[in-house]
Parts: sequence; C-alpha cells; structure tokens
Amino acid sequence: MKFDILTICYIVAAVTFIVGLKMLSSPATARRGNLVAAAGMFIAIVGTIFLYKDEDGLPLHNYAWIFAALIIGAIIGVVAAKKVKMTAMPEMVSFFNGMGGACAALISVIEFDYVFRAAEKMNYVHFSEGVVPGHYLAIVAGSIIGSVSFAGSMVAWGKLNGSFKDVIFKAQHTINLLIFAGVIVLAIITFFAVNAYADYFFIATVILALIYGVLFVLPIGGADMPVVISLLNSFTGVAAACGGFLYNNKAMLTGGILVGAAGTLLTILMCKAMNRSLTNVLIGSFGGNETSG
Amino acid sequence: MEATLQWISANQQMIYIVILMIFLGIEIIGRVPSVLHTPLMSGANAIHGVVIIGAIIVMGRASEHNYLALILGFLAVILGTLNVVGGFVVTDRMLEMFKKKK
Repeated sequence: MKFDILTICYIVAAVTFIVGLKMLSSPATARRGNLVAAAGMFIAIVGTIFLYKDEDGLPLHNYAWIFAALIIGAIIGVVAAKKVKMTAMPEMVSFFNGMGGACAALISVIEFDYVFRAAEKMNYVHFSEGVVPGHYLAIVAGSIIGSVSFAGSMVAWGKLNGSFKDVIFKAQHTINLLIFAGVIVLAIITFFAVNAYADYFFIATVILALIYGVLFVLPIGGADMPVVISLLNSFTGVAAACGGFLYNNKAMLTGGILVGAAGTLLTILMCKAMNRSLTNVLIGSFGGNETSG
Repeated sequence: MEATLQWISANQQMIYIVILMIFLGIEIIGRVPSVLHTPLMSGANAIHGVVIIGAIIVMGRASEHNYLALILGFLAVILGTLNVVGGFVVTDRMLEMFKKKK
C-alpha cells in the first residue's frame, strides 16, 4: 500500500515541475513558480527516502549515510547560494549545474559497477551477455552526458570567476570532434568487450567524456557563457532522465526531459536575444569555416 | 534486435513520457520574456536536480560491504542536494532582485 503513496508523491512532483516551469516563464508568477517546484521536489525526496521499495519489496537502508549527505549538501548549498554576489549568479548556476551532472554521472557509474559485477559472477565471456542494450544505453548515456556537463560547467564556472582564460589552438574544432567520436567508439567497445576488460573501457569512456567537456567549453568566449551554461543545463536534464530510465522512475524522467527540452529551447532563445546563432556561439570564437557544431 | 524491441515494449510508458515532455517543455517556455532568461535557466537547473532521487535510491540499496557504491553514492547525494537546494535558493534570490528593481 505504501508504494501507492510514493507513486502519488511522484505524480505531484511531476505536476509541480511542469507548473513551476510554466510560472517561471512569466514575470508576475516567477517567484511563486520557483517555490511550487521546490515544494514538489521536497515531496519527491522525502517520499523516496521513506516509502521507496525495490523490486523485492525491501525498503532502503543506510539512512545514516543518506541523511548525513543530505545535511552536508543542504548546508553547503544554502551557504553558497546566500553568500554569492548578485553579479556572480550565472557562475553559481553553472556550479550547481555541474554538481547535478556529476551526480547523474556517479549514479550511472555505480549502476555500471552492479551490472559488471553481476556479469562477472555469472562468468560471462562478453559484457554484452549480461545486459540489455537499452539498459546499457541508459547507463552509458547518463555517464557520458553527465560527465560532459560536469566538466563543462566547471570550466564555465572557472571562466566566469576568472580562473580560466579562453584557450584557442589550431584545429580545435576537429580535435574536439575526434575526441567526441572517441567517446562514442569507446562506449561501443565497452559493450562488446570481453568481460574482464569491460570496466577499463568504461572508465576510459568516462575520462574521455570529461576531457571532451573541458575542451568543449574552453574556446568559448566569456560573453557567450550564459548560452553555454544553458546548453549544459539541458544536458544535465537529459542525464537525469537517463537515471529515470535506470530506475523506472517517472518523476526523474519527467523532470529531466522537461528541463532538457525547455533548456534547449531556452538556449536558442538566448542566442536569438543576442542576435546570434547557436552554431555561431559554439564555433564562433575561432572563426572556423566548419558548419557542424 | 529482439532484445531491443522487448526493451522498447517494456518501457513504452517511459518512451511516451519522453515524447510528450519534449513537446511540453518547448511549449511552456515558448513566450518567456528575455529578462527572465537567467532566472528560468536557474529554475530549470534546480528542477533537474531531481536526479537526487536516483542518488538516494543508489545509496539506500548499496550493501554495507560495497564500499565503492557507498562512497560514490554518498558523494552523489551530496552533489545532488547541492544542485537542488542551491538551485532553488539562487533562483529565489535572483527573482527577489527583480522585484526590488520595479
């Protein structure tokens, strides 16, 4: 019976996310919209902690760890958000976005570890024998997108507070594309790899994704940073949605995809407000002739 | 191939949600005035902090001897909380500033 209450919590949360986002997009209701979404999030979190049951009907344990982490995170979050200067708001958003990306990536890494260990126990020769392709896709997409978002957001944060300079070198765009292709290839190799090596390939995938995230943001100029942060924001949304697939959790899926879609549109709108195209922002700083981006 | 198709039918509700949310997300912020771009971005940032639910589940299901999952899960919950709490507080501060200006 308790499980049904959790389902209702998630439905309520999903509705508050939609309504909250809607209210945030109009000046008169924006502040209330933020509170509505926050209330929904609170319900979803509390509901998950106390009512969640896994497939075998077992409740969660490790409560001490969970509460300790929640309290540490909440204290740091409130202090950081309250202390930040008004002018430094966008970099703060970027920082928090990076945290969300890292969170999504870590979830996927742990989930990979479970699948990997299960396959090891069953003595599978190839990693792919132990996992459904769709499940692996959700794991690997979550870890790649989350890592890119984390690394990119951290660079954006560092650039806005002045600790990173724009770095531009020759053929940067080509190198970035190659690295991105490398991430995809490694992700595919992991799936088909001999099980004993699958974890190494997976770790390499994540590391290369982190490198890609850094290189992706490095050349972009400071004035364009809000656009990039918005883009990374929508990436994290998608990464969160991958987590929703992993746990069959509709609140995560709704929130993640909603932000992914709204964030992408918002990115385009921000570009338009600056009279530029997204491609222009992403490759503009080094004036390349390439049109992909 | 068969496994993929099976996965699709097993997750069809999820796939419907994905498709509908893509359109809804685009639809509901379509007419946002440009002054609200940054607060909206910040608010959306806080909403994707819902990923913390996944972190809590990971943490709560980890066995006591699986230190990798415990440590990474602990870290994930901290980072997720930062995202949620910080995101909403920062958004609120931004919007508070908007009110004072008027």
